[in-house]
Amino acid sequence: MKAKEEMVFIAILIGLALAPLFLSEFRTNLLGKFVAYAILAIGLDLIWGYTGILSLGHGVYFGLGGYAMAMYLKLEAANGKLPDFMSWSGLEVLPWFWQPFANGAAAMVLAILIPTGIALVIGYLTFKNRIQGVYFSILSQALALIFVVLFVGQQAYTGGTNGLTNYKSIMGLPLANDTTKLVLYYVAVGLLGLTYYLCRVLVNRRIGKILIAIRDGENRVRFSGYNPAAYKIFVYCLSAAIAGVAGAVFVPQVGIISPAEMGIVPSIEMIIWVAIGGRGTLVGAVIGAILVNALKSGVSESFPAVWSYFIGLAFVAVVLFMPAGIVGLARKLARRLRLPGSKDVKAGEAA
Amino acid sequence: METYILQLFNGISVSSIYILAALGLAITFGLMKVINMAHGEFIMIGAYATYVMQNIFLHYVDKSLFGYYFVAAIPVAFLVAGAMGFLLEGAVIKHLYGRPLDSILATWGISLVLQQLARSIFGAPNVDVQSPGWLEGALVISQGLQFPYKRLFIIVLVIACIIGVFVFLYKSKYGIQIRAVMQNRAMAASLGINTRLVDAYTFAVGSGIAGIAGCALTLLGSIGSTVGTYYIVDTFMVVVLGGVGTLLGTIAGGLVIGTANTTFEFFTNTSLGKVLVFTLVILFLQWRPKGLFTINSRSLD
Repeated sequence: MKAKEEMVFIAILIGLALAPLFLSEFRTNLLGKFVAYAILAIGLDLIWGYTGILSLGHGVYFGLGGYAMAMYLKLEAANGKLPDFMSWSGLEVLPWFWQPFANGAAAMVLAILIPTGIALVIGYLTFKNRIQGVYFSILSQALALIFVVLFVGQQAYTGGTNGLTNYKSIMGLPLANDTTKLVLYYVAVGLLGLTYYLCRVLVNRRIGKILIAIRDGENRVRFSGYNPAAYKIFVYCLSAAIAGVAGAVFVPQVGIISPAEMGIVPSIEMIIWVAIGGRGTLVGAVIGAILVNALKSGVSESFPAVWSYFIGLAFVAVVLFMPAGIVGLARKLARRLRLPGSKDVKAGEAA
Repeated sequence: METYILQLFNGISVSSIYILAALGLAITFGLMKVINMAHGEFIMIGAYATYVMQNIFLHYVDKSLFGYYFVAAIPVAFLVAGAMGFLLEGAVIKHLYGRPLDSILATWGISLVLQQLARSIFGAPNVDVQSPGWLEGALVISQGLQFPYKRLFIIVLVIACIIGVFVFLYKSKYGIQIRAVMQNRAMAASLGINTRLVDAYTFAVGSGIAGIAGCALTLLGSIGSTVGTYYIVDTFMVVVLGGVGTLLGTIAGGLVIGTANTTFEFFTNTSLGKVLVFTLVILFLQWRPKGLFTINSRSLD
């Protein structure tokens, strides 16, 4: 079954690679945004689906990665001068923490390092002290609120509610150019493949088994002589790093990052993607992220009210009736149809 | 001196709102272990119920009685939000007992639906509720020291609710049943308590109190479909800081967060104040992961 899921993922990847041939530039760009979300969803699935840690604040890491990239783009657009919003807010020199972002390579490294560093601090404090389950979820939610309030409040340094926008070029390539857009799209698809491969290798190894064991009975893992906190901190940091990558991929394609992308509402929406796709399967996270967002942009443009009802009810229905999401449903169907390889389906579902 | 007293009063005033919003949560989250992300929407329901009551009094009741609409709105807000809670428990929540993380997700879905429902019924823009005449003005002690009647009324209302919940939980037959079921479900069931029914009305009471909180909120500003989301994180923090499952903890948590909020805001600004409070709460939980007041237990999973 695992092999079959990998086939599904490869099919998705091929589909994404071929998509620009059939879609308009606008749609391709939109799809690139969903691919960025899918990267994040894989990381989220790693901590929620495999390790059982429900983070309601992953928008923060996504946002931090996004802001790191946006700061670089903004400085490149400003062309050695002070970014426009800073001069409006009365600043005269570039703040020291903005300076490293003038270098593109440094900004991209920081887009990973900053979320990882913050996740390390938060993860160390909470998991070391055995804050678990819903308490962690609530704290992570408070984290999202803190960051939004902070980023909105520090207008001179972060652009406030408007966020950072009006970029011109990336690495010297003009962002308005179609070729640049296509390159960015393929970079996103490439990173999606890389992230998936990395996480797939990880969960297939022994560490993956330990993560699942932590999800299913943390105390038993502890009694067996493992230190669950170390594993949880590691996987939380990894997932934050992935979210940072996703944010960095998102920003040049969408052209804006603002506190609205990192608050509580987007953070929970990220959970929805994984839940609908099927948690604990990796490929489910990718399917969920792309499908839900494609539906959203299709439906909510013309019927915002319908979309709210739909997503709300879908959430309730998925939790109540199909906790394993779309992938779980597919597995069930495969068993019904007695497809080859359906023997180990049961084992997969019990996990 | 006056500044300090006024600051303290503001702190208590903000705390009282937090306590009222968290009181219902302390029952559903603390006792039932259901993480109700739609709790804020019950606050919203209470607020809109007050708005509807105001309109009924405006159009169908004699003008001289208009001042009393608010008194009538409090029990109505409680009943409407409570009834919604009862329905919700029967439809969704009952499937989620023992699955706290799933309950976060499902109730979030419900909160989206309820918010949209409110937008469909009352429209997207915020609506205003006119405070009754007898709550206008302030208690004047001196020129610099004035206590608005609205704020005083909310504090009194909160104290009444705390007493009510305490009496309900610790003195009434229902309260004893609730505590019995929460402590040992199987034992309570074998003694003839209908645990399903107890679950349902516990959830309804918790939701009803959120409705009263919504009613109180209408005195402080305009209300809209997202009014609940402003409070949901704060109220969860109150319950977590105080210690899950203790009434005393909720009150203490509300007082600490409320006064800390106004104090930090006084010395810094609104946004930094909030950041500081939450940071301190998170740091405090490092030291006492189970909150201020804990119920010790040796149980393991």
